[in-house]
Amino acid sequence: MALVLTEEQSMLRDSARGLISDKAPVSHLRQLRDSKDATGFSRDLWKSFAEMGFSGLLVPEEFGGSGLGCVEAGVVMEEIGRTLMPSPFLSTGVLAASALTRGGSAAQKAEYLPKVSAGSLLAALAVDEGAKHRPLQTAMQATRAGNGFRLKGAKALVVDGHTADLLIVAARTGGSAGEARGITLFLVNPRAKGVATERTIMVDAHNAARIEFDNVEIDADHVLGEVDSGGGLLENLLNIGRGAVASEMVGLSEEVFGRTVTYLKERKQFGKLIGEFQALQHRAAELYVDIEISRAAVMKALQALDADIEKAGSAVAVAKAKAGTTATRAVQEGVQMHGGMGMTDQFDIGFFMKRARVCEELFGDANFHADQLARARSY
Amino acid sequence: MSDLEQFRNETRAWLEANCPPEMRKPATSDADVFWGGRNTKFASEAQRVWFERMRDKGWTVPDWPREYGGGGLDGAEHKVLREEMARIGARSPLSSFGIWMLGPALLKFGNEAQKKEHLPKIAAGLIRWCQGYSEPNAGSDLASLQTRAEGDGDDFIINGQKIWTSYANYADWIFCLVRTDPAAKKHDGISFILFDMASKGVSTKPILLISGYSPFCETFFDNVRVPKSHVVGTVNRGWDVAKYLLQHERAMISDTGQRGIGRPLGQVAADSVGSDGAGRLDDAVLRSKIASFEVDEAAFAAVAERAVDLVKAGQSHPAFSSAMKYYGTELNKRRHEILMSAGGIDALEWESERSRGGARPRAWLRTKANSIEGGTSEVMLGIVAKRILDLPGA
Repeated sequence: MALVLTEEQSMLRDSARGLISDKAPVSHLRQLRDSKDATGFSRDLWKSFAEMGFSGLLVPEEFGGSGLGCVEAGVVMEEIGRTLMPSPFLSTGVLAASALTRGGSAAQKAEYLPKVSAGSLLAALAVDEGAKHRPLQTAMQATRAGNGFRLKGAKALVVDGHTADLLIVAARTGGSAGEARGITLFLVNPRAKGVATERTIMVDAHNAARIEFDNVEIDADHVLGEVDSGGGLLENLLNIGRGAVASEMVGLSEEVFGRTVTYLKERKQFGKLIGEFQALQHRAAELYVDIEISRAAVMKALQALDADIEKAGSAVAVAKAKAGTTATRAVQEGVQMHGGMGMTDQFDIGFFMKRARVCEELFGDANFHADQLARARSY
Repeated sequence: MSDLEQFRNETRAWLEANCPPEMRKPATSDADVFWGGRNTKFASEAQRVWFERMRDKGWTVPDWPREYGGGGLDGAEHKVLREEMARIGARSPLSSFGIWMLGPALLKFGNEAQKKEHLPKIAAGLIRWCQGYSEPNAGSDLASLQTRAEGDGDDFIINGQKIWTSYANYADWIFCLVRTDPAAKKHDGISFILFDMASKGVSTKPILLISGYSPFCETFFDNVRVPKSHVVGTVNRGWDVAKYLLQHERAMISDTGQRGIGRPLGQVAADSVGSDGAGRLDDAVLRSKIASFEVDEAAFAAVAERAVDLVKAGQSHPAFSSAMKYYGTELNKRRHEILMSAGGIDALEWESERSRGGARPRAWLRTKANSIEGGTSEVMLGIVAKRILDLPGA
């Protein structure tokens, strides 16, 4: 398959860009932050997303969605990255839609997927427990109790966890930390007895939560997929999430780079445009190359996810690692080349730096993914 | 089944039946690569068989028109052929500056007589070409070249010196940049001309490099008489041809190295460094360097694939090959630094049997030229900055 967007995908990009740049420029995020908005994103805008068919992009058509793939989800994520729009698209439209479509029983799909498509149900994936993303180290316990299970433990960096109507929680029904075997995914009502949610506004003014589960009773029919062998499903979901976040980072990098190049052509010092200085020209050119390479690697990974997700692991690791390293470089050069202005809150560049830091941690940083690649190649 | 799938199946079957097993491994030395030419010899029977079979299908130049000895494949078919060759590790049957550099320029700028004369001989490996670009005082600033061509009836008389002429001592013909109008601005008085290296007044002298090899020559022209009809394109407009050719040259050089062929670098390193109980390389810092390198290498493979797709889709920037050249060559230098570090003292042997005559350190030193030849990394970054990013300045 060619590593360029098809005509349909280009049209999707244009319509996403139109809506997002119009309704949610960076000032939208700034306004939500400054007003300490209780939701942290715009429900009206999420409604518009649903009307445009974005919330159900990955949901099969029989449940009201478009039945599209990771490449298309990446197209939307990239546009989100350009304006840093806070949106449940990642948590609900990408992760929950994929989780339910791929792991859900007939009843679970029928119950939840139409609501995901319609934009009326918000969901969140709860995986991380420690400071770093280590899904195999999942320690949260799910012990058998009566007809179901009892959950005990705590999750961190649950993206959009504070507004979720449904939590998808990874816990251990068997095995031990470090093993994929023994991980089970559960559908949990965040309003159930024993669930305590603390909203954690992150450095990037996006939304997440710490959630504690104190002996939360779960019915057996709220298991998503198979007991003890949810590790494979979880890894697939995480890979979809990694591809999506990598796309966001490509959009973010390209936007911050575009703004920086524009500044190089406007700002004068020593009687010259600073873009005339070779030291800055070369750094800008290097960054351009890194962004182009990241874009290609991410596109390769998204196509691999759509072609055969079980074989996409290495391509995804490469994409997330490369896009992360590039985004980090892009925002650092962005601030540096804007000089003192880049340090001010009034200027938008800082927002990109903060978001890039969060994206880098989400679902594993560049170190994690380089290590994954090395393991896959047996060294 | 689509036509393309059918083409893939047929190609796969043909390659399986026709590519000798010896040609499914990377070449181990320069002598193991077939370059064609008047005085060429095959290094092995397998090399001859593989070359002749591919030549007969037109697949030494799969995407050139059939009338010039090519395979007539379209972009999608060519990609399939490349993928299927890569699948079994099949080598390129013919290495040639005629294929990588001159051919594309002739197809775009050559007249019909020039195309008919030269392209089929390139495709069939009959004539080996070299490139007369750099001069002692015209390196990165190539357009300041001084080799002059003065008119004399229907001929030019060429005098001057080229340097870094790759394999000039083995080449049959040269494509050469000469100054035909010394009064014009430096880019405007240059012509692109072809002539036989056996012409009276041409001489070459190999240059010994730090690798101990002599892939480059000094090339001297002393009153060399060349028909004016050998100019490609318009007289004094040779810079257009030269730049177009450089795009192809840079794309070629960016492809240097062994991306994705053979064992992962980390496993090669483990041969000498060793592994711990968990199977991890027994040098945590080196392991992390290699893993980061392999991320970049795999990502670069994706952009190389995308670069071809962008051209096909008409979305490519003409200067993009400069971006590719910069990154690909820096990557290859990194690979060889890692190989040297991983090899430790074994990689220091220069003349010994177990080191195959110092293959690893010589290859390492050779890669240092990657970011110089065909335009330095600094020149490439300058081109990206000005032509793609449109940054101000000269």
